[in-house]
Amino acid sequence: MGEPGELAADEHVRYIVTAEKKKDSFESLVMEHLRLSGAYWGLTTLDLLHKLQAVDAREVVDWIMSCYHPESGGFAGNVGHDPHVLYTLSAVQVLCLFDRLDVLDVDKIADYVAGLQKEDGSFAGDIWGEVDTRFSYISICTLSLLHRLHKINVEKAVEYIVSCKNLDGGFGAMPGGESHAGQIFCCVGALAITGSLHHVDRDLLGWWLCERQCRDGGLNGRPEKLADVCYSWWVLSSLIMIDRVHWIDKEKLAKFILNCQDKENGGISDRPDNAVDIYHTYFGVAGLSLMEYPGVKPMDPAYALPLDVVNRIFLRKQQ
Amino acid sequence: MGSSSGEEEGTNKWVPPSQRPELADVVPVGQDDGPCPVVSISYRDDFREVMDYFRALYSAGERSPRALHFTAEAIHFNPGNYTVWHFRRLVLEALDTDLLQEMNFVDQIAESNPKNYQVWHHKRWLAEKLGPDAANSEHEFTRKMLAIDAKNYHAWSHRQWVLQALGGWESELQYCNQLLEEDVFNNSAWNQRYLVITSSPLLGGLVAMRDSEVDYTVEAIMANPRNESPWRYLKGLYKGDNYLPVADRRISDVCLKVLKDDSTCIFALSLLVDLLRMGLQPSDELKGTIESMENCDPETSHVDLATAVCSILQKCDPLRISYWSWYRTTLS
Repeated sequence: MGEPGELAADEHVRYIVTAEKKKDSFESLVMEHLRLSGAYWGLTTLDLLHKLQAVDAREVVDWIMSCYHPESGGFAGNVGHDPHVLYTLSAVQVLCLFDRLDVLDVDKIADYVAGLQKEDGSFAGDIWGEVDTRFSYISICTLSLLHRLHKINVEKAVEYIVSCKNLDGGFGAMPGGESHAGQIFCCVGALAITGSLHHVDRDLLGWWLCERQCRDGGLNGRPEKLADVCYSWWVLSSLIMIDRVHWIDKEKLAKFILNCQDKENGGISDRPDNAVDIYHTYFGVAGLSLMEYPGVKPMDPAYALPLDVVNRIFLRKQQ
Repeated sequence: MGSSSGEEEGTNKWVPPSQRPELADVVPVGQDDGPCPVVSISYRDDFREVMDYFRALYSAGERSPRALHFTAEAIHFNPGNYTVWHFRRLVLEALDTDLLQEMNFVDQIAESNPKNYQVWHHKRWLAEKLGPDAANSEHEFTRKMLAIDAKNYHAWSHRQWVLQALGGWESELQYCNQLLEEDVFNNSAWNQRYLVITSSPLLGGLVAMRDSEVDYTVEAIMANPRNESPWRYLKGLYKGDNYLPVADRRISDVCLKVLKDDSTCIFALSLLVDLLRMGLQPSDELKGTIESMENCDPETSHVDLATAVCSILQKCDPLRISYWSWYRTTLS
């Protein structure tokens, strides 16, 4: 222990389990409404580190179900908030971790998500109609995990995503939107889940993605931006899905992520020497998982869940 | 954080909701965070109190001026809380409020929270209701936000949506020129430029714009050859066409000119190898330049020019050596 370049797994587990935020902290105020996503980031990291049993599964499942809106079929980011697809996917993903999809009214949830598809194939995030390729991914991923992809017009959904493809092979949030590694993950992930990766120009996009590696070894999300640990996930997962991950220098990237750890108190930050948070802790560990780091469970690049969890869902007989 | 009890009173001292006479009939509702130990949260006391009162008004579905004032207060505490924004829109619709005034309100929030999804979505919701008349003021607003952060993805998305839904294309190419003059490395501005030349109803589309755009881009490359964006833009101008970029001497010329000064420029080498693969017959000058660059390596002196360029790339871009090694295999 203590060698630079080693994953401080025990410290990260402790950091997540005792993620009690300081009173008066800005994060505590702004995190309230997305607590369900926070739960997904924290719990997936625990599972990747083989420590999911550190939390009480029944308590988690009970709390998640208290964020459920039975009238709409969607989940809110916290108890008493409005439903949104962002948190509906987080809820489904966390329930997948605990193998508890049985608590869900699957068709009701699938109808909620499917009901947000628009005429042009795009998806809104909630009843207020914000459209973004993030929501295409979220909807497609949720429905696939629930074995209900047939409830949407997949062909139209794919057509919309393809309309967001840019000259550099990447994808943006909407047609004409700048390529951004986060949006690329969403679009490539949705295309992967729907078996539509033939729409991706793999070599062109692969080169753009591997150009995201900076001299410090870290990855950025757009040209001329600084490297950030979260892109370890967005870029690597996309490269894996298009089978081009060998085009980057993994050793340098792993070093960059490991240098962003708080080795004493746990947690990972966006860049070396910055303050840690649960979001970057998840993306750092997930990035290492995609690079087959020892001691970390392998992750599925499209569903953003540990591979054994995804296998359990798709190898089991459909409901 | 924290503001006066109502935005119109203009009082400076913040009064806790529990001590305000106008809220005496409201019974606050606490947040139920459940027993889940992951990401447990402690709230600042004044924030908690505001949210307790917000929840009371929200769960009662009260569509009143005081509910509108209260959502403003909750938004000042946490502009990321999407439920507060949702409720605000319901109240706005019920009260038939002045939407221009609401736009001013959200613009102020956006200025201090430029990367907040809810704020930009609220603006779009308002702009949609206001219609084409809102186009110019929205463009002015995103211009102001992009002057602070020229790569703000939210501001760009909003600007593109306003252009496509409400119009206002007239000075957009000029705006791209201006941004690229300020920072030619701004990839967002290059992306916007591509949108304008391909989608503006006033310019005639990509084919009509290509010739002058090639000149513009070549000039930008010559000024800063290590800038990734214009190289990709240049290729984008010939989207899907293998013949035209090979036939247009300006393309191979810019590679040659750059490489004479900077023999390890990855983007020039990369475009050159693309051109060679697409059938470019290299001039003697180009051949001579490449051969003089790699003549210290006898291993490559007998191979074709594209392979020679690839081997140079393998050496001068070690971070992506696997990509260039793969590229080399596609040449045979």
